[in-house]
Amino acid sequence: MGLGTFFTTKLEQAVGWARKYSIFQYPFVTACCGMEYMSTACAHYDIDRFGAGLPRFSPRQADVLFVVGTISHKLAPVLKRVYDQMCEPKWVIAFGVCTCTGGFYDDYATVQGIDTIIPVDLYIPGCPPRPETVLQGLMLLQEKIQKEKQQLGI
Amino acid sequence: MSETSPLLLRIAQEFGEAVIATHSFRGDDTATVRRESILEVLRFLKETPELGFEMLTDVTAVDYLKYRSTDTPGPAFLAHEFLAREREPQSARFSVVYHLYSLTHNRRIRLKVPVEESDAAVPSATPLWPIADWLEREVWDMFGIKFVGHPDLRRILTYEEFEGHALRKDYPLRKRQPLAPTREGWEWAADQTVSFPKTDRFDAMPPSKRERE
Amino acid sequence: MAAETRTRTPSKTEHLLINMGPSHPAMHGVIHIVLELDGEVVVKAEVNIGYLHRAFEKHCESGTYTQAFPYTDRLNYVSPLINNFGYALAVEKLLGIEVPERCKYIRVIMSEISRIADHLTCIGASGMELGAFTVFLYCMKAREYLYDLIEAATGARITISYGRIGGVKADLPDDFAERAKPAFAQVRAVLSDIDRLLTNNRIFVDRMKGVGAISKEEAINYSFTGPMLRATGVYYDVRKAQPYLCYDQIEFDVPLGQNGDNYDRYLVRMAEMEQSMRIVERALKQMPAGPIAVDRTGPRDELGASRPLKPDEMVDLGKVGKTEGLLEARLSLSPNLQGMEEERSQAINAPEKRVVLPPKEETYANIEALMQHFMLIMDCWGMNPPEGEVYFPVEGANGELGFYIVSDGSDRPYRVRARAPCFPFVAALHRMIEGGMVADVIPTFGSINMIAGELDR
Repeated sequence: MGLGTFFTTKLEQAVGWARKYSIFQYPFVTACCGMEYMSTACAHYDIDRFGAGLPRFSPRQADVLFVVGTISHKLAPVLKRVYDQMCEPKWVIAFGVCTCTGGFYDDYATVQGIDTIIPVDLYIPGCPPRPETVLQGLMLLQEKIQKEKQQLGI
Repeated sequence: MSETSPLLLRIAQEFGEAVIATHSFRGDDTATVRRESILEVLRFLKETPELGFEMLTDVTAVDYLKYRSTDTPGPAFLAHEFLAREREPQSARFSVVYHLYSLTHNRRIRLKVPVEESDAAVPSATPLWPIADWLEREVWDMFGIKFVGHPDLRRILTYEEFEGHALRKDYPLRKRQPLAPTREGWEWAADQTVSFPKTDRFDAMPPSKRERE
Repeated sequence: MAAETRTRTPSKTEHLLINMGPSHPAMHGVIHIVLELDGEVVVKAEVNIGYLHRAFEKHCESGTYTQAFPYTDRLNYVSPLINNFGYALAVEKLLGIEVPERCKYIRVIMSEISRIADHLTCIGASGMELGAFTVFLYCMKAREYLYDLIEAATGARITISYGRIGGVKADLPDDFAERAKPAFAQVRAVLSDIDRLLTNNRIFVDRMKGVGAISKEEAINYSFTGPMLRATGVYYDVRKAQPYLCYDQIEFDVPLGQNGDNYDRYLVRMAEMEQSMRIVERALKQMPAGPIAVDRTGPRDELGASRPLKPDEMVDLGKVGKTEGLLEARLSLSPNLQGMEEERSQAINAPEKRVVLPPKEETYANIEALMQHFMLIMDCWGMNPPEGEVYFPVEGANGELGFYIVSDGSDRPYRVRARAPCFPFVAALHRMIEGGMVADVIPTFGSINMIAGELDR
């Protein structure tokens, strides 16, 4: 009896470990934060050492949606559609303050925070956030992924 | 008023009545031209070899609705009272502004066309420069000024269902547009305050500080 | 058997409509291209923009002149310093003021560093889109060195808000020239590596040469400027045609292309980066020297020693009447104000009381400076330029970046219009890709260096 729960706990931890260290990101890059995203992904700050280095440019093959940069109302349906296409388990990172709350673009054209459209797992504020901030955020997301109740099977 | 530049004199000479005013400010030559003659003036500037304005740098517009008005935010008892006078002699609400540049002579000129609000239409410059296509679409999108003869006048910077013209002075900056509700499947987003129900995953504390879920 | 004539009914073909974007792997920005394909050939292309429209012009109208700087940063976010200074120069033209020599040189140096960063990003992204991932990594590495330089001078990497009306925020750090040397050595090493990797690379040349070509006449009709126009062979550079800041005192060349295709644009950008480094090195040599820090003693305490005072200590001493030697006291300001000390502020700011903030030491010490500070900061006093309108073009990394500013005499701009250099390129994109193959869309689009922040404003 105890052995059964021991197995599933360890299995969950193993699955969590596997999921957090093999993040396939979908970089939905729009604006200035894209420059810091490029810096984070490249040799100096190297997101690849966290296992998250391989962007998959199809939402069906990705599990973390990096929403990088301001989302306008014209682009919002596209974002929602990309999010809907992703398979579970999926996570969303709101990269940059424009995606968290709209930033200082409090106007008619900007979505005031993408959490009005899709659920967000991690907010990385900053305009743009330094690559170290992004990496810390990624590590927090990895902790979150590890500690979640893993959905196993279909 | 310093002496008018020879370029402006030439234009005034050529077009007489159609040129309402000319002035130079900080080295920029500006000519205000009547709407009916703007195409001829542009063509003249482009095709005359001594003038040779081959490049249409920019087409934009200005909305003079709140020019020198007390509506701008700030304590009204201060400097604004000194500024609040009658509006400029230009009574037309809009002004379409063309910036031209001559590569051969290295010269610039600005043309302004006063446009009334009730009849906001100007002949399109697309026969002369193909870039005018997109530049005029932007003026239409932001100001609502029509361009007669434009091949495809539709919005360019905002989406099709956008209501209003954004850069007009009576359009508030923070106006919330409907989140494209007329698009299929988006009716739920008609008010901006929709947010997804938070599940267990959305705690405020970082996972390392939380107890196990 | 008799030969049968086989008649085949032709199969029915249709053109295929493909959407590229708005979210797409090409790193440049959000854009939506609808391609109508006949097999592999692009028959018709329709380009939709506006996915990053952030109401820049309207935001500028809602704040004061100085509050527009953060918005200008985010126009062309790869070379934000050029946007800052373009806007500052336009407002200074409106005001009719000029900044001191050292400030001009500082602006030129920072603009050129930004330009190199922009071209590196463009070439890196183009390389990556063609499959040359190494080139991208090398370019980003070089860009990091430039970001370190920019951070040393301005405090931030990308969105720096460094320009001010009438000057810049702070002087360059004292060791800037020494820092720039190894940074540029690294950038030059990277450029030579990229050159060896790409310029004579058979695959790269085949994919870029002859692709996306546009003729001189058409480029002028579409109001192309910058590297795109120079690649067709037209000699037009705003820095040479209408020199601003101190570009007329620094020698540099303007590379020109011949065919107006993607390969020429790549070569023009590579050559321009070398020219920009040359400009920075010459400017650092020619720049008027920074002020020497004045050695000031403060009020002496019981032991006869003097030390720098904190601002509130100075104010307290003044309040109780211990003003002996107070005006000569050296203030220790917050590290945020590094580079803005009193000695330096004359070198980096125009001597205009109605436009430029006084140095902090003065603000803490005397009432005139405090009044000047107050009048400039409070709403609707501020800086009131004369009524009128100006257009000021600068050479952005993509081309002629022009700011058209209309002022009605109040402290807020009445209308700010940014003439985006990449707007004409995207308008002409359909001309460059129609008739070509679908695989040529990506290199052409990459070589345009479209920055969505600037395009959609």
